[in-house]
Amino acid sequence: MTNIAPAASPETLIQMKSVNKYFGNFQALKNINLEVKKGEKIVVCGPSGSGKSTMIRCINRLEEHTDGHIIIDGNELTDKVKDINAIRREVGMVFQSFNLFPHMTILKNLMLAQRLVRKTSKAEARETAMHFLERVKIPEQADKYPVQLSGGQQQRVAIARALCMKPEIILFDEPTSALDPEMINEVLEVMTDLAKEGMTMVCVTHEMGFARSVADRVIFMDAGEIVEEAEPEDFFLNPQNERTQKFLSQILTH
Amino acid sequence: MIFDFELIADSIPKMLMGIGLTFQLLFLSAILGLILAVLLLLMRISGKWYLSWPAQVHIYIFRGTPILVQIFIIYYGLPQFEFIRDSIFWPILREPFGCAILALTLNTGAYVSEILRGGVLGVDRGVLEAGAALGLSVRQKFIYLTVPIAARLSLPAYSNDFISLMKATSLASTITLVDMTGIARTIVSQTFAPYEIFISLAIIYMILTWVFQKTFGRIEKYLSRYVKPEGLA
Ligand SMILES: Nc1ncnc2c1ncn2[C@@H]1O[C@H](COP(=O)(O)OP(=O)(O)O)[C@@H](O)[C@H]1O
Ligand SMILES: [Mg+2]
Repeated sequence: MTNIAPAASPETLIQMKSVNKYFGNFQALKNINLEVKKGEKIVVCGPSGSGKSTMIRCINRLEEHTDGHIIIDGNELTDKVKDINAIRREVGMVFQSFNLFPHMTILKNLMLAQRLVRKTSKAEARETAMHFLERVKIPEQADKYPVQLSGGQQQRVAIARALCMKPEIILFDEPTSALDPEMINEVLEVMTDLAKEGMTMVCVTHEMGFARSVADRVIFMDAGEIVEEAEPEDFFLNPQNERTQKFLSQILTH
Repeated sequence: MIFDFELIADSIPKMLMGIGLTFQLLFLSAILGLILAVLLLLMRISGKWYLSWPAQVHIYIFRGTPILVQIFIIYYGLPQFEFIRDSIFWPILREPFGCAILALTLNTGAYVSEILRGGVLGVDRGVLEAGAALGLSVRQKFIYLTVPIAARLSLPAYSNDFISLMKATSLASTITLVDMTGIARTIVSQTFAPYEIFISLAIIYMILTWVFQKTFGRIEKYLSRYVKPEGLA
């Protein structure tokens, strides 16, 4: 197959071109075009069922797109992509429901993929794990099991677990939606720190304060489409599309 | 009626002489049955019809018929076939012990494979997605995530099946094996005191059940250490 990827600038990490995704007859993504450069932070918002999760899950191929092109760091995702796991280890993901490995201690959660995928030595994997546990400020929980931690702590562990793979990009799918209100900030703080350090991030969230302070661009989706894409100032103060205006008025008064 | 306690005191040690055979039947068929169960499970979830179909047929047959009938078919039926008498398995199948092990293994394998399948289906999809997102291969996800989580989920049902299997070993006495039940039947035929003997036998099985239940309970508790927070959450 010829590489139809147009000459994107070399620092483009994610490129989605005319991506469509169907579940049976239902079209969940409609003509999605998105480009994310190294170091950029993108916030994705939109009503429930608008396709936000589906879009970011296509980026690490937890969902397969039906047509169009997705190119991650120069590698196009196709059926024939030789080693999807080679791409996945460069793309970290943080889920709404944390999804820690329940049968492993926190430390083992952080070491598993390093050992199996990166083939890191045990000592080095442990060191990296402890380093990132300190970064998310819970090194003292290393030997506990996930169920023994609060939701906010679990989500910080999940972020540390993704970071241990030293990914190029991290995808967040509503990382604070399952948290009690008093735990949201501890997770947002960690994410804000990451953003400041230059991590490339695509983040589905309705935390508008976070979007304002961190995002380079905000993307609004509705009914499977990207309806509006703008810098945060413009997005919040001067939304162009009627659907965006309606959505913003709902969540901001909420 | 009057209970002959002396007879009970006499016969319990005699029946216990068969406990070795009961345990051989139990542990050998439990281990072989577990191996078979894993094979059947892998066949079922392989996604290949030529593997999954035979596994389903096996499970359907062995769960759908009485184990006593299965024992009889294997013990009385198989020797009718010349190719079986000529096969390398004949030295095993010629003996009632081999037939009992085979029947118990095939039977428990069918049940346990369904139990394990329930465990595998019970593994949280999100956990497997997290593994995939970190770059784990299908095989690595299965070995490091699905197997340990499914094992814990399956254990309560498995311990029930193990105890059923223990009770089913008593059926081996119908094909001339002298396990505890076989000895009990011999004593009854000599003493004509079925109540004393069979009640004593029942008590022995009950004690065994209790011991196995306690043991599995301990294992469950250990494996569940990560399910419930210790002390205050
Ligand atoms: N595996 C699936 N099978 C069928 N439909 C799905 C599946 N996943 C998502 N959908 C549908 O696709 C639409 C978009 O879902 P999703 O991407 O989860 O939305 P969001 O994350 O914006 O809430 C929804 O209508 C949802 O019902
Ligand atoms: Mg979603």
